[in-house]
Amino acid sequence: MSDVLFIEGGRVIDPASGVDGVRTVVIRDGKVAEVAERVERPRDARAVDARNRWVTPGFVDLHVHLREPGQEYKETVATGARAAVAGGFTAVCAMPNTKPVNDCAAVTELVLARAAAAGLARVYPVGAISKGSNGEELAEYGELKASGCVALSDDGRPVMSSALMRRALEYARAFGLPLTVHEEDLHLVGKGVMHEGAAATRLGLKGIPSQAEDVMVLRDIALVELTGGRLHVAHVSTAGAVRAIREAKRRGLPVTGEVTPHHLALSDEDVAASGYSTDFKMNPPLRAAEDVRACREGLADGTLDAIATDHAPHSAVEKDVEFDAAANGIVGLETAFSVCLGLVREGALTERRLVEALTAGPARVFGLPGGTLARGAAADVAVLDPAAEWTLDPARLQSKGRNTPWKGRRLAGRCTHTIVGGRIVHEEGKADR
Amino acid sequence: MIGRHKHCIALEDFSREEILEVIDLAVSMKEVLQRPIKKVPSLRGKMVVNLFFEASTRTRSSFETAAKILSADALNWTSSSSSVTKGETLVDTAKNLEAMRPDVLVIRHSAGGAPRLVAEHVGCSVVSAGDGAHEHPSQGLLDCFTLREKLGTLEGKTVAIVGDVSHSRVARSDLHAFPKLGAKVRLCGPPTMMPAGVERLGATVHTDLKEAVDGADAVIMLRIQHERIGDPLIPGTREYSKVWGLNAKKAADWLKPSCVILHPGPINRGVELSPEVADGPRSVILDQVQNGVAVRMAILYLLAGGAGEEARA
Amino acid sequence: MNAAEIERAVRRLGRDIAERARAAGAAGDVAIVGIRRGGVHLAQRLRRELARELGAEPPLGTLDIALYRDDLAEKGAAPVIGPTDVRFPVQGKTLVLVDDVLYTGRTVRAALDEIVDFGRPRRVWLAVLVDRGGRELPISADFAGARLEVSDQDDVQVRLVESGAPEDAVVVKPRRAP
Repeated sequence: MSDVLFIEGGRVIDPASGVDGVRTVVIRDGKVAEVAERVERPRDARAVDARNRWVTPGFVDLHVHLREPGQEYKETVATGARAAVAGGFTAVCAMPNTKPVNDCAAVTELVLARAAAAGLARVYPVGAISKGSNGEELAEYGELKASGCVALSDDGRPVMSSALMRRALEYARAFGLPLTVHEEDLHLVGKGVMHEGAAATRLGLKGIPSQAEDVMVLRDIALVELTGGRLHVAHVSTAGAVRAIREAKRRGLPVTGEVTPHHLALSDEDVAASGYSTDFKMNPPLRAAEDVRACREGLADGTLDAIATDHAPHSAVEKDVEFDAAANGIVGLETAFSVCLGLVREGALTERRLVEALTAGPARVFGLPGGTLARGAAADVAVLDPAAEWTLDPARLQSKGRNTPWKGRRLAGRCTHTIVGGRIVHEEGKADR
Repeated sequence: MIGRHKHCIALEDFSREEILEVIDLAVSMKEVLQRPIKKVPSLRGKMVVNLFFEASTRTRSSFETAAKILSADALNWTSSSSSVTKGETLVDTAKNLEAMRPDVLVIRHSAGGAPRLVAEHVGCSVVSAGDGAHEHPSQGLLDCFTLREKLGTLEGKTVAIVGDVSHSRVARSDLHAFPKLGAKVRLCGPPTMMPAGVERLGATVHTDLKEAVDGADAVIMLRIQHERIGDPLIPGTREYSKVWGLNAKKAADWLKPSCVILHPGPINRGVELSPEVADGPRSVILDQVQNGVAVRMAILYLLAGGAGEEARA
Repeated sequence: MNAAEIERAVRRLGRDIAERARAAGAAGDVAIVGIRRGGVHLAQRLRRELARELGAEPPLGTLDIALYRDDLAEKGAAPVIGPTDVRFPVQGKTLVLVDDVLYTGRTVRAALDEIVDFGRPRRVWLAVLVDRGGRELPISADFAGARLEVSDQDDVQVRLVESGAPEDAVVVKPRRAP
């Protein structure tokens, strides 16, 4: 007999197939069999009661750091995948800035093997643009693609050489791999540690102007015109970058963009209010209010295709230090939905657009399966309670990282069930399987 | 306690009353400095630790002198980032010193926010002796004290601050304090040395020195640090001193007769100030040094006396 | 004590101090130091008396003993500190330390500590308007305008017109709950 699971009574929001209403999702043999208003449940079929919940495709995160291999004290593929499913993510793209950098099949295969062993979220490795992410020589994109990489990135670093960037965009075309790029002009960044503006001036911290991002985005859009390469701008944080991507899309260029929950929710004034809390230090930095507004608009109008967490776990060793000396980044997988739901409540985003930017939007950017509950799709599903209120206790995160600016904050919205390939891998209140 | 504060880290957080509490007390402390026996027993048995991660003979000596005049024991821990290179973090170092049970930890560090980080991890009072480009609260307070002493009041006065504001913690502390005492602040220097959004902190920003000092009651000349040259904030000291330095002729032509000149020291003679101006009748630079001891005595007295002890009990 | 009694007491203090100073051969070296805040106005009055008695106005100073207190660590908040103002050399002087009320002796102890930091006087005498007993240190007044036995539950307040009182008075009141 086939394995059947019914998700009943929930509000199904699946922008990819245009569904928004109370439906029952029937899962059979790991695939979506049916999404219908009335379905008779066989006596022996398992069921998830989703009344007053949202039922959406499992979230897809284009940008996480799982730290393995090399920095397992910060996170492993397994703990990262557990954090993912706890937050409703059924697929995550693992950035290559591990130790060693994922610039060859051996590292890609290791990540995939660890992910398979964990058996939680799907993990899609991202390979390096340049060998060792040194920005000097191209990595072997054919091998990376063949071993399972879905995109290329030197994330954590920009590709400063325009010539190398040009060749990378060109060469990647042969393998159909998008480049997901960390955009900052290191000369303009200098020793900056937060957004340049009145808040940085008050704190006496060195600033990073928004234009450090803008000039690189503009450069790479120009190189897309030259090469026809496929560009995805990672963690967009500035009004200028949003404007540039909007304009590039208008002209039909193959350019996409993602934005993190924190760049949508927080600004440089929050750094000041936190009193130098290193949980507010990330790269790109939290920007000015006008940049936040532009990112929200860009996400709402489709200029930005996806919400990506840039989940970046660190230990106290990297974070319990001076702001100048602290590592960049925060964990994001387990707070993304709640934080972004806050934007819906503020009226910055519709519910449908929120779900799209967490599901179909990112899936489309890298051409990943998933992001939809269409019949026949892999049964990757998130069941969410938008009304559930909770207080973030870092000690209760599934991630090894405790570095989050929402420490101790009241949040609303929680993932109650996560289903990957028809299997319930996360159920609130129960240990993950 | 200084008003509501257990620590003295940022004048941004200080109210007018809290600033006045310190500088009023500094008047009495300055009197002690004039006595034949410059020592009072107020903080006998208290310990002040000076934890300096940046070399600064002047500020450290000033705090040390202040502590000793009040009969506190002063311990100097100059951590020229040597322990840091050994892998000991700032928090480790601070906790180690905390184990010696100091009453006040005076800290200077190159990173903005370092005193605050330390304050979160130790039980004693923390005084910032300058953190990065953030604040230098005791200098800001001594500037308030000196200006009030020389001008009678800061109410309705105009103070011009000239130089590398972007790297200046003194400028930031002054900028937070002066307006609370009723003074207007003008900032002046090359645009490369004006930090982003500084006008939102309540100052007017000028590039022209003559315009900035016109009618000012006091001018604070900031030190041009040699490492900034070619940073590249300015092409060199030669042009800087021509355009933004103050010499006897500019002082005579542009400053109003009663205008006083301050400098947080040490002076680069011939760069921001010519020797005739630094040593001239308008200069109150040496008063600042003495007032610095008085103000630091007041800070230590308020933090180590009474309430601090009670809060720990 | 009422205003007339206070005036008589001050006059007698002046007379007694002058007499003792002459006997000690120190009539020309007398100086007066009032302890802030209660002793300051009294010191000014005594100075006028001594000027008349000795024919010359003795130098006058004020001490704020706050920096010399021994109870700093126990107090809830740091006390308000006023100026100490001793502008004459104390070396070799016959110093008359003046306070309004002598009680535990701790203030006088602090004042003695402070005064020796200004130099080495020839001798120090203590003059108070009221000695209310209740000493906690081996200190006694050389001159007292009045000696009262007052319970520890009560406060002795000296109110002088110089500090805004309608008329001079010494009153004993039950101590307010702290």
